[in-house]
Amino acid sequence: MLYLSLLVGLPVAALISLSLHSNAWSTVLHDQHTRAVIGFTLFVAACVAVIDLVTGVALAWVLVRDDFRGRRLVNALIDLPFALPTIVASLVLLALYGPDTPIGVHAAGTRFGVLLALLFVSLPFVTRAVQPVLLSLESDVEDAAACLGAKPWTIFRQIIFPAIRPAAVTGMALAFARVLGEYGSVVLIGGNLPHTEIASQVIANDVENGAPQAAAATGLTLIILALLVFLALGVVTRRWSRHG
Amino acid sequence: MGKYLLRYGVLTYLALLLVVPIGLVAYRTFENGIGPVWDALTSPQAISAIKLSLLITAIAVPVNVVFGVATAWFLSRRKMPVPWLVNAMINLPFAMSPVVIGLAVYQLYSRDGWIGQHLFAENIPFLFTWRAMAVATMFVSLPFVVREVLPVLDELGTEQEQAAEMLGASALQSFFRVTLPAIRWAVIYGTILTVARALGEYGAVNLVSSNVVGQTLTLPLYVQNRVSNFDPTAAYSAGLLLAVISLLILSGMTMLGRSGRKEDTV
Repeated sequence: MLYLSLLVGLPVAALISLSLHSNAWSTVLHDQHTRAVIGFTLFVAACVAVIDLVTGVALAWVLVRDDFRGRRLVNALIDLPFALPTIVASLVLLALYGPDTPIGVHAAGTRFGVLLALLFVSLPFVTRAVQPVLLSLESDVEDAAACLGAKPWTIFRQIIFPAIRPAAVTGMALAFARVLGEYGSVVLIGGNLPHTEIASQVIANDVENGAPQAAAATGLTLIILALLVFLALGVVTRRWSRHG
Repeated sequence: MGKYLLRYGVLTYLALLLVVPIGLVAYRTFENGIGPVWDALTSPQAISAIKLSLLITAIAVPVNVVFGVATAWFLSRRKMPVPWLVNAMINLPFAMSPVVIGLAVYQLYSRDGWIGQHLFAENIPFLFTWRAMAVATMFVSLPFVVREVLPVLDELGTEQEQAAEMLGASALQSFFRVTLPAIRWAVIYGTILTVARALGEYGAVNLVSSNVVGQTLTLPLYVQNRVSNFDPTAAYSAGLLLAVISLLILSGMTMLGRSGRKEDTV
């Protein structure tokens, strides 16, 4: 308990007290750039969550229901973005999509590059949330529906999706929260330009420019947004479990 | 038809996002043979970065494992005061941006910070040294062990521990002879995750480091530093070293996951 308070509680308390200094909050709330960056961060986090939903569910389905050689390897590969240091994620994406790109896609310093980096680091969330649910779902209901003439898309919409919906939304929320605070993976590929910055970069820049109060206010905004996401997730999943 | 479309669509996505970029870095690293890579990894700056990363990991991991197991045990077996606050503090490092964690540590140990002012008065260098970097790493990697161990402890129940204590075992004996063997896979798994995070942390450590080459750069910071100084060979070599370490960690976990589960079912 003492350890936790010393390691986590005290620094966070220091952060809160720092943000209460002078006019940190009003600076942040009125600063055009900070507001634009937080807006872009929320927007790109939403894009990532939606793309992750599609690719994550598709990945989980392929890993559970499909069978092909190398499936186990692909399954192990999914966790790689969690194991790989974020700066290495940025480095490898820079190699393929940066100035020396061998395939002609120049994404360094663009918002597309930022999106790529965030898709990279958030890849496992939806897949790993949906996979166990899909695994526990017997395929005989799907087979029965197919026998009765349901098309694959109908089967997915009517049978699979309702079952995996809570897990998929949980994965999306985790991905969204992760993207809100992401830093390392966008550092190299984003290029630290005004239009590609996400919230964490503004915080780091504020600290470097000797404005830790503003950084603290922006940082607390991020924490509050992340907590709101988890709160909403809790409400939604509780409602679904009551109706289901 | 649709099945194949989905399968290859998914595999292409994975290839473009994961496999090809990592493969390309591996290729670029060894483009001119192994000589330059060896030179890049044995340069004094790189050696210093490797040493610092190992030092910080060697501090953060044991502390977090011991306190992580202790915290999980207390949460599961004893009444904690204000359990919701304890839970919030354990999960907070996952909900916080690493940069914000770095900033919180920075503020606490800065010249006018609550702890920092005393350290400065005593002339103990802390912020911008490996000490602050180790504290930031401990913060970031705090939740892994607790979160792996807690559910296993809860599921285990207290029957065996009670039996041990009825037979005259002390609380310590019961913990080391009964509880610890039962949770060992969770402890090992959590430890590996902690190591991976401690070695790879960038954002939090970046904020509390003085970023001096050869002194206060960990491996991830060194990678970034080399990229900004247009030294691709050193950047790719250090980056690939980190990637290989995380691949080893990943395969270790995959194997552990299998053997651990096998033992659980027996």
